[in-house]
Parts: sequence; C-alpha cells; structure tokens
Amino acid sequence: MTADVSSSRPLVELKGISKRYGDLLANDQIDLVIDRSEIHALLGENGAGKSTLVKILYGVIEPSAGEILWEGKPVTISSPVEARALGIGMVFQHFSLFDELTVAENIAVALSSDWSLARVRARLGDISRAYGLALEPDRAVWTLSAGERQRIEIVRCLLQNPRLLILDEPTSVLTPQEAEHLFVTLDKLAADGCSILYISHKLEEVRRLCRQATILRGGRVVGTLDPRAKSAREIAALMVGTEVGEVRSGLPHQPRGEMLEVRDLSMPAGGLHGQPLHSINLSARAGEVIGIAGVAGNGQGEFFEAVSGEVQQADAGCVRIRGKDAGRMSITGRRLLGAAFVPEERLGHGAAPRMTLSENMLLSRHATDRKAFLGAAGVVRERAIAMASQRVIEAMDVRKSAPDPEAASLSGGNLQKFIVGRELDRRPAVMVINQPTWGVDAGAAARIRQALIELARSGSAVLVISQDLDELFEISDAIAVMHNGMLSRPIPIGEATLEKIGLLMGGAEPGHVEHAEEPA
Amino acid sequence: MGMLEAILITIATAATPLLIAGIGELVVERSGVLNLGVEGMMVMGAVTGFGVALMTGSPWLGFLAAIAVGALFSLLFAFLTLTLVTNQVATGLALTLLGLGLSGMIGESFVGIPGVKLGSIHIPLLTDLPLVGKFLFGQDPIFYISLLLTGGVAYFLFRTRAGLTLRSVGDNHASAHALGINVILIRYLAVMFGGACAGLAGGYLSIVYTPQWVENMTAGRGWIALALVVFASWRPWRVLAGAYLFGAVTIGQLHAQALGIGVPSQLLSSLPYLATIVVLVLISGNRRLTMVNTPASLGRPFVPDR
Amino acid sequence: MRIELVKRPQRSALFSALSPFIALALTLVAGAIMFSLLGKSPLDALYYYFIDPLREVWSLHELAVKAAPLILIAVGLSVCFLSNNWNIGAEGQFIMGAIAGSILPVMYPDFQSWIVLPLMMIMGMVGGAAYAAVPAFLKTRFNTNEILTSLMLVYVAQLFLDWMVRGPWRNPQGMNFPETRNFHDYAVLPEIWSASGRAHWGFIFALVAAVLVWFMLSKTLRGYEVKVLGQSPRAGRFAGFSSSKMVFFAFIVSGALAGLAGISEVSGAIGQLRPTISPGYGFTAIIVAFLGRLNPLGIVAAGLVLALSYLGGEAAQISIGVSDKVARAFQGLLLFFVLGADTLIHYRIRFVATVSRKAEVSHGNA
Repeated sequence: MTADVSSSRPLVELKGISKRYGDLLANDQIDLVIDRSEIHALLGENGAGKSTLVKILYGVIEPSAGEILWEGKPVTISSPVEARALGIGMVFQHFSLFDELTVAENIAVALSSDWSLARVRARLGDISRAYGLALEPDRAVWTLSAGERQRIEIVRCLLQNPRLLILDEPTSVLTPQEAEHLFVTLDKLAADGCSILYISHKLEEVRRLCRQATILRGGRVVGTLDPRAKSAREIAALMVGTEVGEVRSGLPHQPRGEMLEVRDLSMPAGGLHGQPLHSINLSARAGEVIGIAGVAGNGQGEFFEAVSGEVQQADAGCVRIRGKDAGRMSITGRRLLGAAFVPEERLGHGAAPRMTLSENMLLSRHATDRKAFLGAAGVVRERAIAMASQRVIEAMDVRKSAPDPEAASLSGGNLQKFIVGRELDRRPAVMVINQPTWGVDAGAAARIRQALIELARSGSAVLVISQDLDELFEISDAIAVMHNGMLSRPIPIGEATLEKIGLLMGGAEPGHVEHAEEPA
Repeated sequence: MGMLEAILITIATAATPLLIAGIGELVVERSGVLNLGVEGMMVMGAVTGFGVALMTGSPWLGFLAAIAVGALFSLLFAFLTLTLVTNQVATGLALTLLGLGLSGMIGESFVGIPGVKLGSIHIPLLTDLPLVGKFLFGQDPIFYISLLLTGGVAYFLFRTRAGLTLRSVGDNHASAHALGINVILIRYLAVMFGGACAGLAGGYLSIVYTPQWVENMTAGRGWIALALVVFASWRPWRVLAGAYLFGAVTIGQLHAQALGIGVPSQLLSSLPYLATIVVLVLISGNRRLTMVNTPASLGRPFVPDR
Repeated sequence: MRIELVKRPQRSALFSALSPFIALALTLVAGAIMFSLLGKSPLDALYYYFIDPLREVWSLHELAVKAAPLILIAVGLSVCFLSNNWNIGAEGQFIMGAIAGSILPVMYPDFQSWIVLPLMMIMGMVGGAAYAAVPAFLKTRFNTNEILTSLMLVYVAQLFLDWMVRGPWRNPQGMNFPETRNFHDYAVLPEIWSASGRAHWGFIFALVAAVLVWFMLSKTLRGYEVKVLGQSPRAGRFAGFSSSKMVFFAFIVSGALAGLAGISEVSGAIGQLRPTISPGYGFTAIIVAFLGRLNPLGIVAAGLVLALSYLGGEAAQISIGVSDKVARAFQGLLLFFVLGADTLIHYRIRFVATVSRKAEVSHGNA
C-alpha cells in the first residue's frame, strides 16, 4: 500500500449508475468520483440509496444502467471476487461473519484459496499492530463484541491490499470513543495510499473525517461538496429535502405518579449469545420520556423482553405497572394493565410479515380490545378490526400500495408508523419502545418522535431504548445508559452531555463520569 | 471364526448402510439443507442396485447404478428446494413418498428372485488371523469404503478450504453469499453427494445385507440415519459410533428373537425405533449441545438478492 | 441461462387458487409419459384411472370409503402444518385409534347396545390423541424433532397392532388367522345409503370435521393463533400466544382425527382388526393436505382426487394390466408438482440470460 503520487486521475468514477427494482428506482443516474488517498463521504438519510450504490460498486448487485471506470478504464464488476481483484474492499454495516467459526477461519473463508490458516495468522499479527486492530485468531466469533467483529471485517479487507475501502455506516455499532479510534485507523490508511468511501447519515462524523462528500436523496445525487465548507444546516437540508420540522417538546413537564417501575431486575443469559441483566432499577413517571442509550448488544433486547413480559420474572415486584406487581404476568397481562410495547424488529416480531395490516392489528390487541374485536366463541370481527386499522393508517399517514396490504410490502418507515400507531391508538399508560426509528426515513422518524412526546405530555410514561444518541437528546427528559446488562442512573437532560453519555456507553463507572474532563 | 467375531461382522453389516447414509446426510446438513428424503433415495438405490446387478450379473455395476440413481433423485429435491425455494421439510417428505412408490412399482417383477451377492475380500495371511482376521480384513469391500468415507469427510470438512467454505454456508448463508461464495452451487453439490451416499447405502441392503428385493425393504433406516446425524452433533466420527450402536441394537434384537426368549418378537423388532427416540431425546434435551453444533442456517430458505 | 426468483410483494391470489390445478395437470402429463414408457396407451390409462371409477354409483361409494380417512387425517394435519408442527406419524395415530376404539367389541363382545358405537368413536379419538401427545411432549419438554419421533412411533404402532392381532386379541374361533373376531352389529359403523353402496358414516364425520376445522381456522382467534405461530413464532410470542400449548393443541387435534379415521375405517369398512388396516392413509393424507393448500374445504376436494387415484389404480390393474403400485408413484409425483407450483404464489420466475447482461452493463446503456 505505497502512496501513489504519480497520477492525478481519479481512482474510480461512477457514471450514470441506475438500479431499478420493479417500480422502485433505488439509484437514479448517479455520478461519483473518488480520488486516490481521498476519504470520500456518501451521505444520505435511510432509504436514500447509499447501500444499493455501494453494493453495485462491490459487485453484489448489477446496475440496471450506467458505467464504472477504474483508473480511467471501463470495468464490469459482476461479483465481489472481481471487485476484490480490482482492489476494492468492503466492510458492510451488517457483518458477514460466521458465529461458530474462529477469527482466523472467518478471515480465511473470505479470502482466496492461497490464504492458508497459517498465513492468515501470521499476517493478522502484522496488520493488528500496524493499525491498532487487536484480534485473537482462535476465538470463536460469537464471543466477540461488535467493535471486535468489525475489526475482523476490516482486517479481511486490509489483507488484500485494497486501493479502495468502503465502509457502510461503521459507527452504528460503536461507542463514541470506539468511533474515534476507528477514525484514527482510517486516517492512517488514507495516508498510506488507500482511498476510503465512507457511508453515513451522521453529519458530524463526516465533517470530522472527510474532505469530499456526495449527497444522495431519493436515489439521486443532490450535491457534491466539501463537508467542512458548508454549514451543518445546509447539508442537512440537502440530505432531507424540505425542512423537516423540529420536534417540539412543548412546555416543561411536571412528572406525576409512577407508571413503570423496574426494581432490581436480574436475568441470566438466555441462549448462547445472550447478555445477562444485572440489578436494573428504573422508574418512569407519567408525563415523562426516559431514554436508554447504549450500543447494540448490551442487553437492550433482553431488557425489553423482561419488561414486556415475553420473559417473566420470578419476583412479582420486579416490574410494576401503574402500581401493580406485574413481574409474574405474561405480556398479555401487562397489556391489560395499560402498557404497550414496540420491539426493535418490525417484521417477524412487531408484525407478522405475511399477514395483512388489519390482521396485524389483532396481534397485540386481541386481549385488550376483546370486546371490540372478538365476538362469541372467539369469532373474529373483521369489520371492526378493519375500521380500527384504517383509523391508525390515517392517524399516522401510513403510505401503502393496496387497501389492506401484507406487512412485508410496506417500507420500513411506513410499517413502523403503523406499528407505533397501533399501540398509540390504545392510549396506553405506559409505552416501552425499542429503537423507534431504526432504518426509518426522516419524515416518518420525525412523526414517530413527535407522537411519543405527545403521548408523554398527555399523561403517559414513555421509555425509549435507542442507539441513536441524537434522537435521545431530542426527545428525552432523562437519559440512562445500558452497558453489559447494567443500567446507569438516569441523567436529567439538562446535565447530560454527549461526552458523559459516551463514556458510560463505553463502560466508564457511573460515579467517575462527573469528573471526566478529557475524552477517554 | 468365533461366535463373537461372527456377531461383530453382522453388526458391521447392519451398521454400514446407516453409516454411509448418515455421512452423506451430514454433509448435506452441514451445508444448511435438511433433506428428509433419505429413505426415498435409499430405497430407490436398493431397487436399482438389485435390478442392475441381477441383469448384468455384476454387483459393482449394481452399486454404480444405485449411486447414480440416488444422486439423480436428490437432484429433483435440490431443484425444488434450492432453485424454486420450496419448503424443505415438505419436499423431503415428497421425495420419500415418491421413492417408496416408484421403487415399489419398479421392483414388482423382482420380488422373490434371489439376487447377486457381493463377496467378501480375502487377503492372504491377514484374513486368516485368529479372532480378528475376518472382522478386520475379511469383510465386504463396501465396509472398508464406509470407513474411508467417514475419514475422508472428516478430513474434508475440517482440514480443507473447501470444507471450511461448506461449513460457512451452513453457518450463515447470507454472510457466505455476501462474501461472493456460490451458496446454491455448494448446496447442489452437497445434496447430490448425500443422494449418492443414500443410494449406495440402499444398494448395500439389496446386494450385501440380504440379496433380494422386498417392497419398502429399507424399513425406516433412512429415518434412523437422519436421527444419527442429530445424535452425532454433525461430527463424522460420531456418526460411526452411532451407526454401530444401532447396528448392535438391531443385531441384538434379532438374536434375542432367535433365542426365543419370552419377549414378543414384535417388541424386539421395535427396539431400534424406540432406541432412536431415546437417543434423540437425550441429545436434544441438552440444549446447549444442540445449539452450539447445529448448523445455524439448517432448513432455512435462501433466495439470493441480485 | 439462469432461473431467478423475484419475490412478489404480496401473495398472488390468482396462483393460490390455480396452483393445485397446475400441479394436477403436470401430474397427468407426467403420468401419460410414464404410461407410454410402460407400453400402455396413455389415454386408456388415464381413462381407467380417473374416469372409469366415477361411472357407477357403487363406485362413487367406494370413493367415499377411501376418501373419508384421507380427509379426516388431512384436516387434522392442516392444523399441524399451519402451525409449523410436522406430524408425520398420523399413520401410527390412525392405528392406535383403531386399536383403542376396538377395545369394546373385541374384549367385551357381549356388551351390545346402541351406546357401543359412540363410545368406540370417542375411544378411538382419545387413543389417537394420546399417541400423538407423545411426540408433542417430547418436542416441548426436550426440544426433540417431532418429525423423527412421530415417524418412529409409526413403526412401533404397526408392530404393536401386529402383536395384538396375532396374540392377545386373536379370534379364538378364527382358525389361527391373524385377525380379531368380527365386530358385532352394534359395533359396525352403519352405511349412509346401504341400498346403493358401501359408503359409511366415516364420510359424514369427515365432512363435518372439515367444516368445523375450516371455521376454526379462518374465523376464530384460535385459528389466528395457529397461523401466527406457524408463520412468525416470535410475533406469536409478542402476541402472548404460547407455542408449547399450540404444539399440544395441534398434535392432539390431528391425533384425535386420525384416531377417528382409524376406528371408522376398522368398524365401517373392515369389521375387525387385522395386521394391516391402512394402505398408507397417514402418509397419503400429507399429500392431500398440501394439494388442498392446507385449507380444510380444499382438502375435501383433494381427498376425493386422491381417493380416485387409489380406485383408479385398482381399475387400471384389472383392465389394462398396469400394476396398482403405479398409483403410489403418481401420488408422490403429485406432491412434488404441488410444492413446485406453490412457488409461483410467492415468487415470479425469471429466466435470465447471463451473457447479454454483462454486455449491456459495460457499454453503459441508459
């Protein structure tokens, strides 16, 4: 990877790239130029087409139209093997790892057959030291943290001496401090002659790291610029289009009675890859929004299952809803007490993918709305349900392609709006929601966040678990941090800073956070 | 040849088809595909092997035919589940039902005709060793092939690059696809290998075990082979252990029947099936063990996005 | 050249209705080819298989006799398969139901009253349900694969029946034949319309069961629970449904129906217990269930179609000398085509030519 100073020709040019999926034009005539040793950002909101474009560049998907020039010459990249042969490496947002294989095996399987395990081990040591990517070759991948897994992906690429390294939303699984560490690595790589295509929707990161950015919106390029030369506001406007209304939190709230209490909740790890929970204490009062920050994999899913009742507790007093002991109740029992739950996964958990929207209404409300939705002998009243479904669709502005389509045919944002709306329609006293706007377009995300605030202000308690710190800062009245199955005390929004929260996410002791002046 | 040695040899003969079919299915499942059609492929191998051996007079041609038919039959399954992405459980059942029906039809004219038997090998000096000579050096050639197969598959899976790739496909087909590995091709090859093994196992039944054709002569051995793969936690040498365990149970109950002990013969005949259930319960009940070893994408449908 | 599947955004209603017919058509074509290879005229063979058995009233009764167990079992299997519980042991539950239901006429032949028959039917259902509860228990308690356990139990049930009729239950006046005594008149399931044929009340049971289960599946919360747990177990858990309870529910319902089929067959069609009381109904019912698209009303039609193939097999054997085993091969082939045709419901099939695609991309066509 020696620096190449001879040519001022760009490394790679994409010209007029388009990709069509049926009626949907995911990429529309996209032009993109990346120079040598350049860290180039690909900016855009969720659904803008960034992942599609990059999969085309990496040979996973074929473009419907357009051409790719590598060092000035037109090339066809019809498989990742060909992409790698050219010198393109890619670190996906969702890692392509094999849980039961070791680190060394995971790296070897991604490389060509002249990479024996022994050779992988030897080179792994060199690369780890050169770029600060520590890894143990013989550990099974399922034992590793998200940050460590990402290192495997990066090492896989680096072992093939890439000329261009593509990273898709790399910091979505990292703490702020781990992200900073990654940036140091990337700077070093660029200095050594490797170009980097950095995909993100996080503006501040991009401004810290990149000197050039291409902005996508709705599948099209809406700007190519130096992110440091423009204001964050301008760039955000380009990314999002019309000014998305700021979420208003309204009058300062007066928290009233306790709606949800979690007392000394502990849970052993379920399954092989689970995270145990340790003595969690939390209380959410009527009128307030409590945010729980934390990088994925620290027990958020397990916490959600414990609070919702999908996993019940031995001690009835562990979870209290509206003053009643609910620990031994099932999820149905807790719903009947006035709680509502929205899980992280939309398809397959929050909604049944192959059932229609109106059928999905029944999923969480067959007990709470028994009188309205069910007749004698459990007969389903289809008309009543259809009407309720319509009500939710209108209230949340859910866009769909048929009157009562299957859940799987909706876009992520629209399905999430429906699921949240389905619960809001019940006017629950307590709402627990996990990753409310993950993978959701900006418009839907704003709508959902607004709805959550309004729910709180109308007298309910809302608990939001999210990996998106910006979102939490926007809507929470207090933020607690989950790390390794433990929950910090909630920090009121007035006292919370990005740095404090970031340290807690990385595992700093709650007591020490008050004194931290420098970043870790 | 002593009594013990004679019994050991019969156990080996009973275990060999289970071993071969089990190893084949192990490779299939390691690639993430569940093929419940083993019984169907096996019985097709049995009828074809018998018929070809009878018509040509050569047991080896019979074996080759059995292998070919097993592989071809499994191709049908592969096309449906891998290309058309049909439900693997239902399609495997369909394969078994078709195999049982088709073999009954093909074999109708073979019933009652004595078949061509494959002889055992004889190595001067070694075979005549007292006590173990015949067991170690005097069995039919397929017995030795079954052992080589086990060792070969173990080596392939854990010591070769191709085996690593196959295991990765079974662990996470989405990741494998993202890395550019041709998941569908690897699964086609694995399924056909499994089919070839099942066919060979079936041919063994009708050419070595009892050289004749009887409708449904596999009598559930294909299903037992499937259970063996679970029992073995998807490791080749454990399939061997399991196959011989079952061989022992099968032979044991046959001898018990012959001795005329007071237990009804039907109860003794049901021992292998009951033993299968017990063994499955013991292994699956240990959730930790199953979770660690089951290929994570086993039975899940895969449609590549392009 | 490659086949590519493009997922449809919604299930195709058109193909949902059409796919069983496509499968039947393909089977007929395959069958015609098979017959030609066997040296028989395909048209003749298809006539004897599918048309001839429908021409006489007594033959239609035979159709009902064969269809009754197929429909009863398949209706139960639809509940199982829809909830992702793979009960492959219906054949064994059929047998155990038959045995349980035969306790009264075989062991207490002097107890003759109108109440014997209803008791027999109930005991048959209980026997089948209890036997089906075994794989259900093993699945929920030990996480054991229900396909293998329910199947192993089929072999056990067959051997048990064999032992019973040769041993403790052998007819003392039967000259050592392996069969029980003949059931007395109060223990025989009556014919529906004895003037025209043999069809017995088992067929009525089948139709009633189909309607009841159809109603449960499509109109009630329980049916909703079955489908959600089968399609998305995690969503089912989120809804508060218990997948363990569903395992038991599905197996017990299908075990009871299979047991009812067993005792109906024995008391209606045979009149005693023998070593073999089923030509594989429990397995053919799997084909019926899929051909009927796991919908109990569709299963009634599918059951009649497959019953036809049984009769056709016998007819063809007599008239054109084709082995009746051909019918079994037919049935297996049919299931293959049903599964293949079902793909069209979820996916569109595209034939992609690999070469031309590459050329298009590298020349940068818009």
